Amino acid sequence: MNAKRNVSESATSRLSRLLTMVPWLLKRQGVEIAEVAREFDVTPAQVEADLALLFLCGTPGGYHGDLIEAEWESGKVFLGNADTIKRPLRLGVDEALALIVGLRALAAVPGIGERDALVRALAKLEAATGSAAAGSSRIQVVIDEGTSKETMALAQEALMAHRRIHLRYLVPGRDESTERDVDPMRVINFDAQWYLEGWCHRAGDVRLFRFDRIESLRVLDQDGTPPADAQPRDLDTGVFMSRADDQLVRLALGSGAAWVSDYYPTESIEPAKDGGAVVTLRTADTAWLRRLMWRLGSQARVLEPADLALEVQQGAREALKAYGTAPGSTVPSG
Amino acid sequence: MSTQPSAAVKTERLLNLVICLLYTRMPMSKAKIREVVPQYGATASEEAFDRMFERDKDELRDLGIPLVTEPLDAFFDDEPGYRIDRREYALPELSFAADELAVLGLASRAWAQASLAGPAAQALRKLKASGVERDDASLIGIEPRVRTAEPAFEKAKKAVLERIPVTFTYRAPGSGEGTTRHVQPWGIASWHGRWYLTGFDTDRGAPRVFRLGRIEGEVATAGKPAAYDVPVDHQPRAMISTMVVERDPQPADLRVRVGAGHSLRRRAVNVDDIDETWSRVRIDFTDTEAFADEISSFGPDVVVEDPAELRDSVIRRLTGALDPLPVIEEANK
Repeated sequence: MNAKRNVSESATSRLSRLLTMVPWLLKRQGVEIAEVAREFDVTPAQVEADLALLFLCGTPGGYHGDLIEAEWESGKVFLGNADTIKRPLRLGVDEALALIVGLRALAAVPGIGERDALVRALAKLEAATGSAAAGSSRIQVVIDEGTSKETMALAQEALMAHRRIHLRYLVPGRDESTERDVDPMRVINFDAQWYLEGWCHRAGDVRLFRFDRIESLRVLDQDGTPPADAQPRDLDTGVFMSRADDQLVRLALGSGAAWVSDYYPTESIEPAKDGGAVVTLRTADTAWLRRLMWRLGSQARVLEPADLALEVQQGAREALKAYGTAPGSTVPSG
Repeated sequence: MSTQPSAAVKTERLLNLVICLLYTRMPMSKAKIREVVPQYGATASEEAFDRMFERDKDELRDLGIPLVTEPLDAFFDDEPGYRIDRREYALPELSFAADELAVLGLASRAWAQASLAGPAAQALRKLKASGVERDDASLIGIEPRVRTAEPAFEKAKKAVLERIPVTFTYRAPGSGEGTTRHVQPWGIASWHGRWYLTGFDTDRGAPRVFRLGRIEGEVATAGKPAAYDVPVDHQPRAMISTMVVERDPQPADLRVRVGAGHSLRRRAVNVDDIDETWSRVRIDFTDTEAFADEISSFGPDVVVEDPAELRDSVIRRLTGALDPLPVIEEANK
């Protein structure tokens, strides 16, 4: 969650941050303003505004000695005289839920590392949250291994032993089977799909490989340490990464295709009437987009670039020829 | 970027109120509160103060702050007093080892792209207030991410937690028309990357599983909280995995261009080459619409020969791609 708080933040959401910030700061006297901003996902200016507000608050009386002491001129934050709110507020229902459901999901993954730490953390959390966590057992996230169990075990083995692997991998966007050597970096689960992230020698770059598209995996007797500058991608910007020099594509989506804007990283989304949207995104390869458009049928249209729109139409026309269906003829709808 | 002045004044007032009510050991009267919380002193009339205080109380309770009302005097309970129970307020002293905080961080980040992202991050900050820094070197081997793309998620989750009956329009698989359903929600689970709601369907008089993505429009409240009981030991996952039975697989015959359709060939029952251009691929499928999505994405490289229902679904998509809905054109303006 990288969104900075906006101008119209409500008083209660700010209060909630302040009540968490005070205990956090009391345990970290002298912490840099920039670090506070990072931790609380706000701008440094907002941190200073928060401190200025704390400075005006205190126990009844309103005398100097009753107010919270806050000092941040040096760029380092010092806080004092805030004993009444030195402990954080108990976890709310959603807060307790998010952590407990998350830990249980992790704990249920077979063959996971750190199981001991998971069990300890879960026990402490459950004891501390009490009734807030009452319904949490009825909310579940299932991270299952799917059908790629053996391939995953091999990949993890290679990862631990720093071995290079050889993959035969299906690139569905291009409907093509490829061979490549990869230095594994980590195994991740995203939207219930398992991925191997690694340095791909064929691409000369970091790539994500979906396990269910790995046709075969062989551990090589070769060192598989990725280059020092190989950076794992930030999962929270999505697994599909685009670059500034990629081609810009504009799509009009109907309500039945609105999920596309959640699923792929977009540069902008303009909501249209009836639940649809116009989205722009960047991509190096438009083959997958063509395929997406055929699949979405009447629910989506390429606005730009024009040649992509034309390719989609030509492909659809050619495909329909095989069914003996002339464009424009009536087709059962529903 | 700063908070609006009026909101800042309100935050200050609420914070002073929290501190004041935590500080006092005895319940405090409204008159006293008005006197000691400076921002209340400025309110013009008694009525204006009353209204403001009532609203503030509600908002603090909504944040989960245990603000209690108690008689000021044990013998005369005509005037209420207020305080915040310190023990109820504070997160119990917890100390987490570095590896425990590492897995808590992982659990929190799992929601980074979901509607619970905010609460998950806030929870972690509260736990970290105890002072231990997280040890990121700890390796669990996986990084999970869950999403809640379904618009119905928030309402459904709330209904499950508070046991509130709901009603919504549901598009069952295989039928185009949405029907109105009345449900007592039991649980909610993400399974194979999709969110499902379990519960008792009061129209059908039986337990049912609903895919959140098939709910159209709003999930509306149809009763009060705690209106029914959930079966003891209800396990959403178990119910979903037994009730979401995919229909029996049926075979499809496809014509697939040579050198294309790799993902289809991989799971085919049988592949025969027809000539240099085409192979005949026999493959089992369960969900017609989902399989039609996949086949359409191959464009001219895959042709459905049988069954007709699948064929029609693919033709409908391709025809649609030639001539998208007029509503889409309007979006172009």
